[in-house]
Amino acid sequence: MVSHVAKHTISVMVENEFGVLTRVAGLFSGRGFNIESLSVAPTLDDSISRMTIVTSGDDRILEQITKQLNKLIDTIKVIDFTDTEYVERELALIKVLATDDTRAEILRIVDIFRGNVVDVTARSYTMEITGAPGKIQAVVELLKPIGIQELVRSGPVVLGRGAKGWVG
Amino acid sequence: MKKTGSQILLESLLQEGVDTVFGYPGGTVINIYNDLPDYPIKHILTRHEQAAVHAADGYARATGRVGVAIATSGPGATNTVTGIATAYMDSIPMVVITGQVPTPLIGNDAFQEADIVGITRSITKHSYLVKDVKDLARIIKQAFYIARTGRPGPVLIDLPKDVQIASTKFVYPESVELRGYKPTYSGNVRQVEKAAKMILAARRPVLYVGGGASASDAGQDLIQFAELIQAPVVTTLMGMAAFPSSHPLSLGMLGMHGTYYANMAVTNSDLLVAIGARFDDRVTGRIAAFAPKAKIIHIDIDPTSIKKNVRVDLPIVGELRDVIEKILCKLREEGESVEALPDLTAAWRSQVAAWRAQYPMTYKPSNSVIKPQYVIEKIRELTAEDAIIATEVGQHQMWTAQFFNFSHPRTFLTSGGLGTMGFGLPAALGAQVGCPDRQVIDISGDGSFQMNSQELATLVQYQLPVKIAILNNNFLGMVRQWQQLFFDKRYSQTPLELPIDFVKLAEAYGATGLRANHPDEVEDVIRKALATPGPVLMEFKIDREENVMPMVPAGAAIDEMVLAS
Repeated sequence: MVSHVAKHTISVMVENEFGVLTRVAGLFSGRGFNIESLSVAPTLDDSISRMTIVTSGDDRILEQITKQLNKLIDTIKVIDFTDTEYVERELALIKVLATDDTRAEILRIVDIFRGNVVDVTARSYTMEITGAPGKIQAVVELLKPIGIQELVRSGPVVLGRGAKGWVG
Repeated sequence: MKKTGSQILLESLLQEGVDTVFGYPGGTVINIYNDLPDYPIKHILTRHEQAAVHAADGYARATGRVGVAIATSGPGATNTVTGIATAYMDSIPMVVITGQVPTPLIGNDAFQEADIVGITRSITKHSYLVKDVKDLARIIKQAFYIARTGRPGPVLIDLPKDVQIASTKFVYPESVELRGYKPTYSGNVRQVEKAAKMILAARRPVLYVGGGASASDAGQDLIQFAELIQAPVVTTLMGMAAFPSSHPLSLGMLGMHGTYYANMAVTNSDLLVAIGARFDDRVTGRIAAFAPKAKIIHIDIDPTSIKKNVRVDLPIVGELRDVIEKILCKLREEGESVEALPDLTAAWRSQVAAWRAQYPMTYKPSNSVIKPQYVIEKIRELTAEDAIIATEVGQHQMWTAQFFNFSHPRTFLTSGGLGTMGFGLPAALGAQVGCPDRQVIDISGDGSFQMNSQELATLVQYQLPVKIAILNNNFLGMVRQWQQLFFDKRYSQTPLELPIDFVKLAEAYGATGLRANHPDEVEDVIRKALATPGPVLMEFKIDREENVMPMVPAGAAIDEMVLAS
């Protein structure tokens, strides 16, 4: 059997109830599956939360992950975006130390990547960048030599392309 | 009219048809116990919470109904853990109710507080912490529904003391609405058609039957299936009683301690139809060498069981009886080609018969020392056909599986998945409560028995006529066997040197104790035990170093069996 380990993005609609996050997280840890990132928030229907999980594994592991997620009583729907067209976005907040020498360069980078400065002090800029994880990574790489003081990434969220959508 | 949480709990149990619960009182369930005498619910007081859960489990296995256990918070709740895990691994329908400290104290490390929902998350099918008495009736309804439908399993309800005291209007919901839980019962018709084609094309078919067949009472359908296509049937430990071992097509158990012919049949088959089985490592041996020539059809109600351990050529998700009936229907439509099948597979059945003749299931009898297999054969001979046998875990469990020749559904209660020593006695107790007119026997080892021997008290208190057969070799025999075969006879910590007087132990609890030291005494002891009312403990001093054979060593393929030691 060919096993090809790849990254997969899965959306999981769950009952917005006590303990659901630990059930999902516990499922991954208990069965030795990886979670690379996880973001969760309520949907239009606030009795449902939507999780976006980035995981990795070969086809057999991914099949087990989706089956095991579906098996949870609180799971309403699992969408595996592998082999589908989807839009993927992540938000990063990046705090960069700024000196007289670097201020202009930082702002240029923010501009090139269509980010916004959301907080500024005499010694720093905090900026928001949204985009596919690759774009965030590119910004991070550019800013690293200048001096990143703090960084937070939301983990990606995704929606399928086209008019079709999942309505609870 | 308003009712308190504890009254709502008991009312809801009645609504679910529960007439028996197993439990142990404590501080955070005292309100429930205070209300209990007002309800027509029989409560069996075990002597340990673990035993209450195993008893509810045995009750469920023997009757097919949902078992119910109650324990208090903290240590009471943590004592249920092994019982819950046992039930989870074997897919037993069960609802466990634990008391919890009052909601304002949760998380404060209060006296007898334990996060039992957290602790049991990975060993329950689902669990609830009830925070509002208004949710209680709905949660109980859901819990029972989840426990018994789909692939059954244990559900835990953690009920804080203040929720038991709070009151609200009691309305028991008529239906369950769970948008995330909709088991697939009906097998996909196209998959069924493909299965029929594969069956017609097979020349060396084997049906591999697991615990799912026991859970769904699919015995009759299995017999029809096997007979129509004249395929040999192998069963797992959990599937044993689902297909009668007296049937000419039965090859008994496969796997680590399976029969030679079952393992040879599976290894050489060209089609393996897995029915409610999950390809456990004790069944498959070295996975790469398991059924290497076979196409595999896997029928199971739980999609996660499929392709978890082995490649599967054709998955069919659904309730076993539905799927088998559809396959039978499809095959019968084929007319001549299905009628020709038994002839086309006749050579295969002769080959299987040759393997059976070559190495039948046997043991070396003795006139001087009691052979455990002999005891088991005698118990079978002297009990009614429908006797319910529970076991603990170890050598005696495997000898029972090999030599009892189960032929009736729900008559073999054993911890297959988790392998829980101490399961048998409380499970037998629960089965006897659920089936008061049946003969229930716990076949035990001296090691396992001591893990829950306190339940002798429960048997005596309720005068439950369970008969206990301890095959005493003064060893933790299965581990000793491994040490003998794979660790150069270094019997580290496996001799149970202290010679316990089990007869006196039984008598101390007020039960009858009997002992056989010699093969001549075995039959008399069993006869006497069966004729004695109430609980009886039989101690058989068996051959100390008898082994369970055949055996597939860990890591070997299942056709690489050690046949004798």
